[in-house]
Amino acid sequence: MTILGIPTQALFGQLLLGLINGAFYAMLSLGLALIFGLLNIINFSHGALYMMGAFVAWLALNFLGLGYWGALIVAPLVVALVGIVIERTMLCRLYKLDHLYGLLLTFGLALIIEGLFREGYGVSGQPYSVPSALAGGWNLGFMFLPIYRGWVVVASLVLCLGTWYAIEKTKLGAYLRAGTENPTLVQAFGINVPLMITLTYGFGVALAAIAGVLAAPIYQVSPKMGSDLIIVVFAVVVIGGMGSIMGSILTGYMLGIVEGLTKVFYPEAASTVIFMVMVVVLLIKPAGLFGKGA
Amino acid sequence: MTLPSSVSSRQKPFVLALLGLGLVLPLAVYPVFLMKGLCFGLFAAAFNLLLGYVGLLSFGHAMFFGWSAYVTAYAAKEWGLTPELAILLGVALATALGAVVGWLAIRRQGIYFAMITLALAQLGFFVAVQAPMTHGEDGIQGVPRGMLFGLIDLSNTMAMYYFVLAVFVLSLLFLHRVVNSPFGQVLKAIRDNEPRAISLGYEVTRYKLIAFVLSSAFAGLAGSLKSLVFQLASLADVSWHMSGEVVLMTLLGGVGTVLGPMVGAFLVVAIQDFFAGIGSWVIIIQGIIFVVCVLLFRSGMIGVLAPWLKRRGITG
Repeated sequence: MTILGIPTQALFGQLLLGLINGAFYAMLSLGLALIFGLLNIINFSHGALYMMGAFVAWLALNFLGLGYWGALIVAPLVVALVGIVIERTMLCRLYKLDHLYGLLLTFGLALIIEGLFREGYGVSGQPYSVPSALAGGWNLGFMFLPIYRGWVVVASLVLCLGTWYAIEKTKLGAYLRAGTENPTLVQAFGINVPLMITLTYGFGVALAAIAGVLAAPIYQVSPKMGSDLIIVVFAVVVIGGMGSIMGSILTGYMLGIVEGLTKVFYPEAASTVIFMVMVVVLLIKPAGLFGKGA
Repeated sequence: MTLPSSVSSRQKPFVLALLGLGLVLPLAVYPVFLMKGLCFGLFAAAFNLLLGYVGLLSFGHAMFFGWSAYVTAYAAKEWGLTPELAILLGVALATALGAVVGWLAIRRQGIYFAMITLALAQLGFFVAVQAPMTHGEDGIQGVPRGMLFGLIDLSNTMAMYYFVLAVFVLSLLFLHRVVNSPFGQVLKAIRDNEPRAISLGYEVTRYKLIAFVLSSAFAGLAGSLKSLVFQLASLADVSWHMSGEVVLMTLLGGVGTVLGPMVGAFLVVAIQDFFAGIGSWVIIIQGIIFVVCVLLFRSGMIGVLAPWLKRRGITG
């Protein structure tokens, strides 16, 4: 069976791969948007913390015998703790300065984190096997669906929509949004804004860590897995405009799918298509698809 | 912290002393190391024209440095062009690329500008990975240095050194002239208060774009020189780590100073050479320097030394 001369098996296979990549773009750009919203910092270390999440899962399995499901809880907690230490000791000193310093500081942190893991584990990837409950796959007739990949898409959807709901529809989210608009006023209402900022950073990097654990069985666990991804995510962020939480989620999935389709029809351009989309969007809508102002 | 509009009489001895040092240093220090420092010093000075004087953080300057290196290496090796023509071609490409990237990136400000330049540079990187002329992972190796103006044999290391020094000094004088010209004053006005510059009637976008193109042209010149010095143009030159390194050099030396980027470049190159044998520690140390610079001394080495230099009338 073929569609436009492409075997359906290949077409849907690439679409699924694109959807999975999109799931990671969405989770990472969502975390970036959250952190940017409240801290006004572009977290360049986001990719390194995603990689750390995957590595914590790998280390927990190999040294503590802690399996996938345990890692899914432990890794985000560990990484959130690292994030909280980073925010309390370093980032909190930069809020009054130009945004660029936050970018530079987190860039330095990314180099340190990646360098340390490279020093410890080399650049070659470490395998992490799919948890037994999610092994195997279903034959859907038109394609073969590995269960684990389906799980990643579902998990990321639940996570993204849950975060969106918490921020847009709950009281806590209302405080957060108010805190981004006018921290002084919110503080005057007796809300501990610095604590809120710290926890937001912790939550944002925990999202990156969950993405890391989800990624571990699909991609190899390697020190450079974060730096490869983060620049694509930055392009996603520029395209989406980081104006809204939903915007970053939708843009993430959309671009993953665009990338997957490019792999089917013109594989040579697959690694560059997102950057090309960025150029086109910049020409038509400099503020990004969901962005407001410059 | 910037030098006054012209080199003052009290600075002259200092500038001459530095120049003298540049002339005799290769007798004492490995010339290839010095050339590496000069190439990266020029790269950092070009980058600093944007960050220090217009307040634009480009995270994609490796694109101009690296692609210029490729074009110069290709022209010298495959077409057998003389070094001056090969360099001119490299700079021409960097200038054209700078015009396109600048035009696109200037649509957004601040961190968005940084992310766009980074992403576009990554586009340049992927093209370099796939294009046949770049030879992928191998890079263009064994680039001939050639005869400068058909007269001077650059395969002689000392001849190459003095050529690089001459280009470096002339470029720095030119950049110094630019930032202290009326044009440079407008750039600084944009950096300090963009809305005010707009309300004064300056076409801010055009000024920014010209500064971006100038900066990319000199970054390209640095890349072209580098490809002749090391007779190699490779993927490392276009990777985003290179873009990060030039930020590090400028930050470490001192943003918005004339001397700073040069000092920062020599320090970073020295660190790389010194720690080359111990793997990833180079990256870790660079990261630590970034963090320390941002947290503790944002004005960089020259900024910290500024009061001392000022007392001696070396900087204004």
